[in-house]
Amino acid sequence: MMGNKLRHPLSKYLLEDRLPHSWCPGCGIGIALGSILRAIDKKVKEGAIDYNKLVLVTGIGCSARAAFYVRFDSAHTIHGRAIPFASGVKLANPSLTVLVFGGDGDIAGIGGNHLIHAARRNMDLLVFMITNFVYAMTGGQVAPTTPTGLYTTTTPKGNPERPLNAIKLVASQNPNYVARASATHPALIEQYTYKALNMEGFRFIEIISMCPEVFGRHIGFNDPVTLYKTLKSKSIVKDKPSLDESDYDWNHGWILGEYVLRRNPGYLTTLRRYEG
Amino acid sequence: MRTEFITTNIAIAEGAIMAGMKFYAGYPITPASDLFEYLAERLPQAGGLTVQFEDEIASINAVIGASWAGAKSMTATSGPGFSLMVEGLGFAIITETPLVVVDIMRAGPSTGVPTKATQSDVYQVRFAPHGIYSIPVLIPWSAQEGFDLAIRAFNIAEALRTPVIILSDAVLAHAWEKVRIKDLTEIKVIDREMPQLKNKNSWLNQKSDLVPPMKVFGRGYGAKVESLIHDERGWYIPNNETYRKLVWRLVRKIEDKARFLWDSVTYLTEDSDYLVYAYGSVARPAYAAVKELRKESIRIGLFRPRTLWPFDYFNLKKASMKVKKVFVVENNEGKIFREVQRHLRGKEVIPLPLIDLEVPPPEDIVDSIREWL
Ligand SMILES: Cc1ncc(C[n+]2csc(CCOP(=O)(O)OP(=O)(O)O)c2C)c(N)n1
Repeated sequence: MMGNKLRHPLSKYLLEDRLPHSWCPGCGIGIALGSILRAIDKKVKEGAIDYNKLVLVTGIGCSARAAFYVRFDSAHTIHGRAIPFASGVKLANPSLTVLVFGGDGDIAGIGGNHLIHAARRNMDLLVFMITNFVYAMTGGQVAPTTPTGLYTTTTPKGNPERPLNAIKLVASQNPNYVARASATHPALIEQYTYKALNMEGFRFIEIISMCPEVFGRHIGFNDPVTLYKTLKSKSIVKDKPSLDESDYDWNHGWILGEYVLRRNPGYLTTLRRYEG
Repeated sequence: MRTEFITTNIAIAEGAIMAGMKFYAGYPITPASDLFEYLAERLPQAGGLTVQFEDEIASINAVIGASWAGAKSMTATSGPGFSLMVEGLGFAIITETPLVVVDIMRAGPSTGVPTKATQSDVYQVRFAPHGIYSIPVLIPWSAQEGFDLAIRAFNIAEALRTPVIILSDAVLAHAWEKVRIKDLTEIKVIDREMPQLKNKNSWLNQKSDLVPPMKVFGRGYGAKVESLIHDERGWYIPNNETYRKLVWRLVRKIEDKARFLWDSVTYLTEDSDYLVYAYGSVARPAYAAVKELRKESIRIGLFRPRTLWPFDYFNLKKASMKVKKVFVVENNEGKIFREVQRHLRGKEVIPLPLIDLEVPPPEDIVDSIREWL
């Protein structure tokens, strides 16, 4: 029927009928999603994860649109609330592998309180946060992660605030896994995801990402290649970086790596102990 | 069957468990906290789980997620907490998520009087989320009805794939009364329909085109839960055709079933010249007032809805056909009065708003009515 039509290697995971996707040329979100799906595919092929038990939960934003394009169960919820929705899913059916994927505004701005408390509970979720330094979907307003001094549409004289370091914030609650990757380094995203997928507890992977259209455009990097190269040059990969090294700013860049890795019991395991 | 002496809060909790609730998420607030505390002990014994979240926003969203994972789920709150849940409630409506929210009214606006009841939130529960939709609201007047309506609320939620509100208040919440706790054999429990896997993408061979079967997570359906306007696959399609189709269905699946949702009780109305319309805890002193006036040979009766929304104009019209005047007694500035008046066009409808932090005493109601006889 399909004859010898070429299919995408991830077609098992991607709802091809819904393509083309809505992300702009040069956007990093697709690179991040692709890397995550490749890690999942490896796990599925190894029999470590059941495809039918996968659930992707997102909030609202460009990043959150990822829920549109996966073939397995997904939920495109409301702005900031992906983590509590996902917590309910996991608690009601612990056999599910529950992933959360969202923008920096979604996860750490409006959803920041949920992020803190899910990390504190060591809730059995794997959360991906796309840090594109801006509110992209709404057209380029300041995000909690926007580096100091940069122009955004709501800070026309430059952002007077300091950026939120989500790595430190999440790590302060002692969850099981905290890492920072970048869409300029897809292999790292895949590697970290692969490692975190079968772990218990709260796992957080921040992914620095390119937004040439609404972030880059305003600061002189509207050419995707230039923005890509700029972000890549600001990304330094380090083996086991310390938490103090996770602070970032536009001039010095950011350190990619695994900041926290521990194997404490996750929320559900702890709960079972209490319920006896 | 067993009889217990319990509060309405406990009765609602027991009714929910009997209906099959397995997940409860909440945040402490007077006068709903003790319902949560009771469930924290009791629900695990029934194979379920309670979790205290960081706020009401998280609570309602966790409840929605749990429902999609297959668990009958509930939360309980009061005015300020309900206000925080409003966006989540709209999300539950558009995603057609079965769940129950118990809203235990306290005196508002804002923090108001946490420990005292009014009936100020009768519109909030029906109209607070933005958009076009309808939502069923059940309103008990006793602990017994707390139990019975909790079961009914879950059944409606599951059958129509909708959030359902139980609207209680601070007086009922902590009133201790005798309750007949029925056995599972005495009640009917409805569970959501799920698609047959072989036609998981088809809506065609379903019993009702108004309520699509639910693609619960983890069963290979490839569910697309979508807060945007969507088609039957869960795909965002922002055009008039898709928008109208979805929102009309959200309205019609409730309003077309109104006959089954309406549940009103009349007292002493057969020969009545006058009718009192009252609901929830205020219907109790209103009934006492009616009986008091009857002693003076005034032919007066009581109409009491147990489903506040959709509004039961049908049985109200029937009950008020021959009466001269209808008195709407409520503990607010006269909210449902407007709805009664709208439906009883041409009839003399008199608002009797009794703003009272305690249960309005029957004498006050008798006095107010007498002025109009
Ligand atoms: C409650 C609420 N407030 C505001 C919005 C509007 N809104 C949509 S997406 C968005 C922010 C998107 O930024 P981010 O989460 O960083 O995701 P990105 O688009 O950059 O991937 C906002 C504010 C909304 N949908 N809901």
